[in-house]
Amino acid sequence: MAERTFKVYRGSGDDGQLESYTIEVDQGMVVLDAIHRIQAEHAPDLAVRWNCKAGKCGSCSCEVNGRPRLTCMTRLSDYEEGESITVTPMKAFPVIKDLVADVSRAYRNNASIPRFRPRPRDAEDGWRMKQFEIERAQEMRKCIECFLCQDVCHVLRSHGKHAEFIGPTYLVRTAGYSLNPIDVEDRSAFLKESGGIGFCNITKCCTEVCPESISITDNAIIPLKERVVDRFYDPVKALVRLVRRR
Amino acid sequence: MEISERHEHDVLVIGAGGAGLRAAIAAIEAGASVGLVGKSLLGKAHTVMAEGGMAAALGNNRPEDNWQVHFRDTMRGGKGLCDWRMARAHAAEAPDRVRELEAWGALFDRAEDGRMNQRPFGGHTYGRLAHVGDRTGLEMIRTLQDHAVHEGADVFMECTVFRLILVDGRVAGALAYWRPTGEFVLFRARTVILATGGLGKAWKVTSNSWECTGDGVALAYGAGAELMGMEFVQFHPTGMVWPPSVRGTLVTEGVRGEGGVLTNGDGERFMFRYVPEMFEGDYAESEEEADRWVEGDRTANRRPPELLTRDVVAKAIVAEVEAGRGSPHGGVFLNISEKRSPEYIKAKLPSMYHQFKELAGVDITTDAMEVGPTTHYAMGGVKVDPETAATCVPGLYAAGEVAAGLHGGNRLGGNSLSDLIVFGQRAGAAAAQEAGDVSFAEIPASELSAAVAGATAPFARDGGRNPFGLQEELQAVMQDKVGIARTERALREALEDVHRLRGALDTCSVRGGRAFNPGWHTWLDLHAMLTVAEAVVLSALERRESRGAHTRIDCPDSDASLGRVNLVIRSSDGRMVTDTEAVSEPPAELRQLIEEGV
Repeated sequence: MAERTFKVYRGSGDDGQLESYTIEVDQGMVVLDAIHRIQAEHAPDLAVRWNCKAGKCGSCSCEVNGRPRLTCMTRLSDYEEGESITVTPMKAFPVIKDLVADVSRAYRNNASIPRFRPRPRDAEDGWRMKQFEIERAQEMRKCIECFLCQDVCHVLRSHGKHAEFIGPTYLVRTAGYSLNPIDVEDRSAFLKESGGIGFCNITKCCTEVCPESISITDNAIIPLKERVVDRFYDPVKALVRLVRRR
Repeated sequence: MEISERHEHDVLVIGAGGAGLRAAIAAIEAGASVGLVGKSLLGKAHTVMAEGGMAAALGNNRPEDNWQVHFRDTMRGGKGLCDWRMARAHAAEAPDRVRELEAWGALFDRAEDGRMNQRPFGGHTYGRLAHVGDRTGLEMIRTLQDHAVHEGADVFMECTVFRLILVDGRVAGALAYWRPTGEFVLFRARTVILATGGLGKAWKVTSNSWECTGDGVALAYGAGAELMGMEFVQFHPTGMVWPPSVRGTLVTEGVRGEGGVLTNGDGERFMFRYVPEMFEGDYAESEEEADRWVEGDRTANRRPPELLTRDVVAKAIVAEVEAGRGSPHGGVFLNISEKRSPEYIKAKLPSMYHQFKELAGVDITTDAMEVGPTTHYAMGGVKVDPETAATCVPGLYAAGEVAAGLHGGNRLGGNSLSDLIVFGQRAGAAAAQEAGDVSFAEIPASELSAAVAGATAPFARDGGRNPFGLQEELQAVMQDKVGIARTERALREALEDVHRLRGALDTCSVRGGRAFNPGWHTWLDLHAMLTVAEAVVLSALERRESRGAHTRIDCPDSDASLGRVNLVIRSSDGRMVTDTEAVSEPPAELRQLIEEGV
C-alpha cells in the first residue's frame, strides 16, 4: 500500500476550489475508488455521480488532469507515482456541486429528436434484418450517454453554442435511429435547423474521448451531414422538387 | 421545514429501470397521467448493467421451443417455489413484450434468417435469450426510456422517495427529496407502482450499484405490505475476484453460454461432478459431448454442465475453493479463449473483453478469467397478486426485482429482463385502470412535517457516527453471516448485529448541507437496507433446509414439507414477524408438464 494525494474540486457553481486529500491506495484502484475512499474517510458530503463502476452506465464522467474520463475506468497506475491527480467536473456543463455537473439540457436535447418510426412489419412476428445491415446502427447504440464527447466538443466547450447545437452525443442518438434499417423518419430538417449539425467542423475530438470507441465523426456525424446535404443542397433533387411542385 | 414542491399524477411509478419504464408506458397507453421518479439520471438504473439477454420462447433458433418449455424451465429452476400463474404469464407474454421493443427501436443481434438470434443460458432447455452482444440491458433501457419520454411520462430524475403516504389505509402518494438540492417534494397519486429494483448493496461483494438498497421492499413493508421469499438472494456464480477494487463486478453468464468452461486450481473441469439429481440426464456427460454442443451440434448432444442453474454453479465454486482447489485469489478459472476465436469473443462479449482488459489487465481472448460468486439478485420481495401485481395495500403495486413470486428459490439467467417487461406492463395497465376509479386524497400536513423532521435529524447531531462506516459494517455482517452458506448460529449473531446497527443509525451525524450530500443519502438509504437485512435474516433462520439459493450448512438437505411453503414477513405491533403460506398448486395439466416435460 502507498499513499497518494488527490486534488478534488469542491464547491457549487463557479464558487469552488481544489482541495487536497491524501489517502492509502491499493492495487488495481481506479479514480472513482479513490473518490469513494475520500468520501468515506474525509469528506462524506463530497458529491460524485456513479452507478455501475464497470464502464457501462456513463454516470461517473469527470475530468482527470484536465482530460474527460470515466473515473471508474481510469486506473491510478496510469499515472506516474509522483504525479498529482486532479479531479474536476466536466467543464462544458454547469456545476451543481463538487464533481456533479448539471446535464439536464442534454436530456432536453434528446427529447427534441424526432422519434423512431418503423416501416410496417415484414411478417407477423416482426422484421427481417441481416446482422451486417444493423452493425452501423448497433455501433451508435453502444453509446452509454456519458457526455464526455459533449464535454470535449469545442463548439460547446469553448464557444458555448448550447442553444444552437445538440452536440455529438445526440447526433449519435439520431444516427442510432436513422441508421436502423427499418426506420422511415426523415430527420434532415431537424438536423439542419434545431440540431445545428452545420456547427460541427469534424475535428474528431469527440471520437477520441469516446469510452465505447464509437467512430462518432466518421460513422455518425458525416453520414448525417450527407443526408442533410442530399436533402437540401443537391441541385438535381432540388430541380426535381421544383418540377414536381408545378 | 417546508415542502417546496407538489405534483399530482394518476399513477406514480417509483423506479426508472426496465420495470418502471415499462409500467409507465402501459399506464400512459391506458390513458393515465404518469409521474416517473428515479434515484439516478434517466437511463442509468441498474437495468443498464444487464448483460446476457432476456429469455423469451420465440422459437427462432429451435422451433421446438414454446411457452410450455420456458414455463417448465422456470418452475424447475425455482425449486418448487415459483408462483405458477406468474411463471405461466411470464413465459406466455415474454415473446410479445420482446418483439414490441423492436417496434420501439431496439436492435437485437440477428440469426441467419434475419430474425432475432437467441443465446443459450443456464437452466434453459433451448437457446432462448434475445440479446445484443453483452449489453442487452443498455439496449433495453435506452429503448424504453426514449419511448416513455416520447409518450409523455413526466420524469423526475435524481429524486429519491423515502416515504409512502397512506390515507385511510390506502396509498395516497409519496414523499421524496431532490438529490441535487435536498429540497422535499410531495407526489400525490391515485395509485403507486414500486419498481425500485434490488437490495444487493447490503452485501460487501456485490454486482449491485449504490442504488440497490431495497427501497421498495422497505417502503412497502412500512406501508403494511407483506414480503415473501426474502431468504432467497441469488449469488451469481461469476463475479470478478481480482483486483480488490472490482471484486464482485459481474461477469456475464453469456461467457458460459458462448462456450466458456470453468476449471479449478488443479486444471480440472469440475462442473461434471456437480449435476444434481433433478437435472441428471439433461447435461453433457463428457467434455467431448459438451464440446460438440458448443461447436453447434445441439440436437445430438446435451449442453455443458457450466450451464446448470446459478445456485448450483455458485455452490460448486464455493465447494472447490473450500476444498483448497481455488485460483490464486480465491476463485476459479473461467476460460473461453480455448473454445472461441479472438474475433468471435470480441464480437459476442465486447464489454467483458473491455472490462477485463481495462480493470484487471487480462486479455480474455488468450487467458482465463478468475471468477467467484457475487451478490446479484433478490428472488424475494414484495408479495403481489400474480395477475395484477397489486400488493395487499390498496392502490400499491410492485413489479420487477422488488416483487416476489416469479423466480421462487432461484432465478434463471435471462428471466429478469423478461420479468421487467412482462410484469411492468401488467402493473402499469392494472394501476391505470384502478386509478380511474379513485380520487386524490387529502394528506394531513402534520404527517409530512414529521417525516421531513425525521429525515433531516442527523444534520442536528454533531460528532456522531459516519453513515459510510455503518454501511460498511452492515455489508460485512451480511457478507460473513448471511452469505451463500448459512448457519443458525451465524444468523442469530447477524440478527443481533442488525438490531444494534439499527440503534446506531439514530446516533449518526451528517456534515455539510442538504444539496447533493452522499453521506446524508447513505444515512437515509441505510433505513431501507436494515429493514431488508432483518427480513432476510429472519427468513433464513426460519427456512431450516437447503433449497435453491438458500443454503444452510446445519440443514444441508431439502425438506419436502418446506418445499410447499413460502415464508411471508409482515409487521405486527411494530415488530417484524414471519409466517408460512402454502405455495399454490398448479392445475393437473401444468403439474404434468413440470414433472414429465413437454
